[in-house]
Amino acid sequence: MNNFKRRKLVNMLASGVALTCVVLAVVPLIYILIEVVRIGAPAIDWEFLTSRTKGTGEPGEGIGNAILGTLLLVGYASAIGLPIGIFTGIYVSEFGNNRFGETVRFFNDILANFPSIVIGLLAYALVVDYMDVGFSLIAGAFALAIIMIPIVANTTEEALRMVPNSLREGALALGVPRRRAVMRIMLVNAKAGVVTGSLLAVARIAGETAPLILTAFYSNYWSASPFEPIASLPQTIFRNYNSPSEVLLQQAWGAALVLITIVLAINISVRLLMRSRTKKSKAVKKTWLTRLSLRA
Amino acid sequence: MVAEASEHGRLDHAGTGMAKARKHSSPIGPLASTGDMLFKYAVMAVALFTLVLVWFLVLMMLFEAGDSIAEFGGGFLIGDVWDPNREVYGALPFVFGTLLTSAMAILIGVPLSVGVAIYLSELSPPWLREPLSFLVELLAAVPSVIYGLWAMYALRPVMVDTIEPFFKTVLGWTPFFEGEPIGLDKFTAGIILAIMIIPTVASVSKEAMMAVPLSQREAALSLGATRYETTRMAVLTYARSGIFGACILGLGRAIGETMAVTMTIGNANLISWSLLDPGQTMSSLIANNWGEADGLQLSALIEIGIVLFVIALVVNVFARLIVGRFMKAVPTTGGGL
Repeated sequence: MNNFKRRKLVNMLASGVALTCVVLAVVPLIYILIEVVRIGAPAIDWEFLTSRTKGTGEPGEGIGNAILGTLLLVGYASAIGLPIGIFTGIYVSEFGNNRFGETVRFFNDILANFPSIVIGLLAYALVVDYMDVGFSLIAGAFALAIIMIPIVANTTEEALRMVPNSLREGALALGVPRRRAVMRIMLVNAKAGVVTGSLLAVARIAGETAPLILTAFYSNYWSASPFEPIASLPQTIFRNYNSPSEVLLQQAWGAALVLITIVLAINISVRLLMRSRTKKSKAVKKTWLTRLSLRA
Repeated sequence: MVAEASEHGRLDHAGTGMAKARKHSSPIGPLASTGDMLFKYAVMAVALFTLVLVWFLVLMMLFEAGDSIAEFGGGFLIGDVWDPNREVYGALPFVFGTLLTSAMAILIGVPLSVGVAIYLSELSPPWLREPLSFLVELLAAVPSVIYGLWAMYALRPVMVDTIEPFFKTVLGWTPFFEGEPIGLDKFTAGIILAIMIIPTVASVSKEAMMAVPLSQREAALSLGATRYETTRMAVLTYARSGIFGACILGLGRAIGETMAVTMTIGNANLISWSLLDPGQTMSSLIANNWGEADGLQLSALIEIGIVLFVIALVVNVFARLIVGRFMKAVPTTGGGL
């Protein structure tokens, strides 16, 4: 049975290799978290969170304007992107069993995987240059909204598909107009999925950097005007990561800590939310949750 | 093959059959009222909006790149000089840089990802599967710029002190490892890209593997195959087109990734096969030069963007055709960029 022993050995080796792969894949994540907390945490205090960046490297600098900028960018982008994304999802799920629906779906999937720097260029061409707004909050939000749309549309579609058909049929059988069946029955029942998708889209755009370099640019001042350049957390990191000044470098790590906290908090809470919901329904657990969790 | 696999997989899951059936039978008959028609067209208009908008924006980009296209024509693609002083621009070094770093990412990242997928789908104890999948997903949630920051201060010293000297000693005779280890080079950029594509490739591969019918595994096991042999013969063979599609999606991500590469590749506009030399990719060139570029240089940068657009489009459409409805690139993704 020498052959048998050899096969068992190969089997064990292969299992070991697969486990090693998992460890190797997870190590960077943990390493990143440790480093960001270790170096970033000492920078964080009230003054740091509420003062503006100055870019000079003198003590007393903060990232307050960058936090505000990121919130504004995400807010404006959501205001543009969420309705469009949700309605696109409704169209594809409720009226999309045709060629055009397939086209929209295909296109959204392509767009979801598209390099965000190219989307930044698109936004630059239209808002910054053609509409002559210049580098501005609104141009950045426009780029982020385009990134958001396919994510929201895809998750909305999935969520609507998970609503039991009997609900829709029941509503229609009672003579409810279709538009109301969609908006009042379907959408309400798909709420959790839509909220999940929207939150994940927000987490995703909060960390986007490349499109902002091309559109929102940067400002060291407090600004909330849609037509002025604006600071943001990812941009603060990028501008300072290579700085010879200790203060500015520290600023980058502090900004990284705040940013990663926001992004991971959204991701983890969405996950926990879905987990507690899915305990109620086995069917949903098998489909919606697992499918979502498998996609990156 | 993939469609077949996913179909089997879906039938395996309770509840999905229904969702699928609905897709084919339109559950709702003809629209009753004018209000419903209006609603339908309003929703359709929104869906159409993005589609039209993006193609319109592509036209705008072509318009913006007009100066550069008129000046350099087809020679832009093969021009190997990027000199703002002489106003001569060519895309070749950056196309080269993008392809080389992406190839590295695939070479390093894909075996790791497939290993992760095999562990999660075939070997992992059930209680560990979900937390581990979640950790791998979180890897995709970390913003690209933070990867760059981390690579600069944590990965770079390791590269300079250990990994690069090691490869130089072993493979120093090849053209790929000439020069001094400096840490800010195509090697580091390739490694960071490999880390960043793992979540994408691993999750899609895992989904492809989970879609393999249990009967395939049972058949192999009942013939006396070990776990490893079952995975190799039944699972990997069955899921190979899904895994291939996952790799292409990973490639798409690597090609478009901007920030982490910009921060690690060293930013030198030269064509060199040595991984220990700094380089530049299409996206890092745009990110680096955007602030100060104007006139013809700006136009040339946008033309670079168009080249990137076309490459990304081809790769993504190709991946999408292979992967089918297997995965719809959604959530947590840091998307790269």
